[in-house]
Amino acid sequence: MIAASQKQLEHASDDVEQFPRGAQILIEALLYEGVDSIFGYPGGAVLHIYDELWRARNRLTHYLVRHEQGAVHMAEGYARASGRPGVALVTSGPGATNAITGIANAYMDSTPIVVITGQVPLSLIGTDAFQEVDTVGITRPCVKHNYLVRDVCDLAAIVHEAFHLARSGRPGPVVIDIPKDVSAARTHYSRLEQVSFPFREQPGAPDSGTVARAAKAILEARRPVLYVGGGIVNSGAATALLAFAEQLQLPVTPTLMGLGGFPSAHPLMLGMLGMHGTYAANMAVAESDLLIAVGVRFDDRVTGKLATFAPHARVIHIDIDPANVGKNRAPDLTLIADARVALESLRREVNSTNNEQVTASIVQRTRWWDQLRAWQREQPLTFNGARDQIKPQHVIRELQRLTAGQAIIATDVGQHQMWAAQFYPFKRERQWITSGGLGAMGFGLPAAIGAQLAFRDRLVIAIVGDGGFQMTSQELATAIQYDLPVKVIIMNNGYLGMVRQWQEMFYERAYSEVDLSVAPDFLKLAEAYGAFAARAVKPEELPQVLEAGLAYKGVAVIEVVITKEENVFPMVPAGASARDMIFQSAGV
Amino acid sequence: MNHTLSIDVADQPGELSRIVGLFSARGFNIESISVGATLDPAWARVTIVTCGDDRTIEQIVKQCERLARVREVRDVTTSPHIERDTALITVNAEPGAQRQEVLSLVGVFRAKVVDISHTQMIVEASGNKDKVDAFIELLRPIGIHEITRAGRIAISRLMS
Repeated sequence: MIAASQKQLEHASDDVEQFPRGAQILIEALLYEGVDSIFGYPGGAVLHIYDELWRARNRLTHYLVRHEQGAVHMAEGYARASGRPGVALVTSGPGATNAITGIANAYMDSTPIVVITGQVPLSLIGTDAFQEVDTVGITRPCVKHNYLVRDVCDLAAIVHEAFHLARSGRPGPVVIDIPKDVSAARTHYSRLEQVSFPFREQPGAPDSGTVARAAKAILEARRPVLYVGGGIVNSGAATALLAFAEQLQLPVTPTLMGLGGFPSAHPLMLGMLGMHGTYAANMAVAESDLLIAVGVRFDDRVTGKLATFAPHARVIHIDIDPANVGKNRAPDLTLIADARVALESLRREVNSTNNEQVTASIVQRTRWWDQLRAWQREQPLTFNGARDQIKPQHVIRELQRLTAGQAIIATDVGQHQMWAAQFYPFKRERQWITSGGLGAMGFGLPAAIGAQLAFRDRLVIAIVGDGGFQMTSQELATAIQYDLPVKVIIMNNGYLGMVRQWQEMFYERAYSEVDLSVAPDFLKLAEAYGAFAARAVKPEELPQVLEAGLAYKGVAVIEVVITKEENVFPMVPAGASARDMIFQSAGV
Repeated sequence: MNHTLSIDVADQPGELSRIVGLFSARGFNIESISVGATLDPAWARVTIVTCGDDRTIEQIVKQCERLARVREVRDVTTSPHIERDTALITVNAEPGAQRQEVLSLVGVFRAKVVDISHTQMIVEASGNKDKVDAFIELLRPIGIHEITRAGRIAISRLMS
């Protein structure tokens, strides 16, 4: 037991033994927050918590991962698919450090997760104790907030506050570091104790004057573009976006994180923008006179060279995080608001203007649409077919056909990620789960497992490369253990493909350390874990192999041997402008 | 241009390092920093002098405001305010003309003598940065042994 704290002394007259332990309070607090699943890995500092998890196993299910990075990525996949915070539990020291990649990933992509880390007992903190690291210090730059719980009496309030912070405003990861003796100490648990920190007010309805000015600017714009991102998905704004875009017939281009926020097949859709975005989307932004930026942060993979990004456009920036506004591009109008609320306000504002004005607004953009359609015809997304090799883009097209575009797609990071982003037709928000900001290889499989847990009855596909898959392939065991029937498509080109592409294009084909051709036999590996496994090498094998894998009831691993040196096009080189777009390899 | 930011943050362990870490992680500069208690013991005030154009300062303010335990961030430079720099200076003060010269500078700058030995004095200067700088420059030829300067503090002027 720890030395009794001030607050505990207040209960000195009570029989402390009748109160629950910190570990039990933690679980009650998690249950109160609606948590039913935890991804985790035990260790010395969290033994009390695991003891209580055992007792509470009928109310709260723990999923034993095979590496802590997997636990956090699963929590992220769960959160991205469901919209509810994901929870991971790891031990102190290496447990915490292994979790960092996932925490940083959730921070970059604004994913609500709560990560509980064990810590050495309070009396040992700072002594370089066994499995001690300064978790709060290490995670500080990549969390929304973190806590070291020093008193069991604070634990419940901290858990409730952590969930509030993870979910509210721009979502993100929150870490709770619990010393072993705090999880053993006893106090009473009461929700009423959560008299907590005075939070800043969440942005409410946007300022009506600004909404009116924004609506006016949009109505008057001749070449407007809706540039939409992850904020659409996080705020559940897809329906509001669709209604607003249709109301004024505005072209829409989503970022990588915004995919699914607007239907890929919709006539107003220009496709993704940015480094591997479509020609039409990037040209539209380059020529636009008004950029309506919603839930985006003008990331460098979108803008390329900032000075030449949308050079003729006024910018209306709508975001829930004031720090995103003006960070990279100074806007002309700012709406600090939830994306859904802001889009609904804009739509109401347009509704209240007279019909003739709205019609005139749409009519004056006829020439803009002619131009957009011309760009779409000029350089559609395309790839060269081949008789003897499987083209990765064709794999995505086949997946579209076999899943009717309905699957939840999780990806790893690299070329396969971009091909999936370009060629899979997303119908709804939360159908696309990827590592955008951090670009963390190893994300795909565990994220898919987390998503599958959120939606046990839906088809969840992890599209991964042969490189990234090997970073977290051990989580196949987790998927098998809990019968989470994800389908893993390994796009195997025997290369660290995206790096190889950059070396080909910008480093004179000096393929420095990108050859991954020494790899395990992925079929044997999958079978060793107990998964269904199949491989397609020739184009004619592909449909049958994919069909068999997707139809399998349990975990399936499908290896597709793709063209070794296929590149992702189009491409705007890093730091360049939309006009510098490259459409094919030099010399082809 | 230099800006003086006044940041009210919960007086809890680790909160100062959150602010300092944010500055270094985002490449913002800290020219001076000072922390102290406020009227309400639950809150501390951090005064940071930083430099940058208006957009950079706006970003710094917004990034600080994102911190969960920060209540308010104000750029006091934008309105009438009082700033104070403080320095403790150990300077030569041999009996006779040298000691008289130090004392007369102390008088002119309204500084204070806080310690004295046979050959040296410790003097305390407080005021805006230019005044403290000028004082140090005038003492320098006499022979300064040690300087300790505190981070700047600032407060908004009263509305009259």
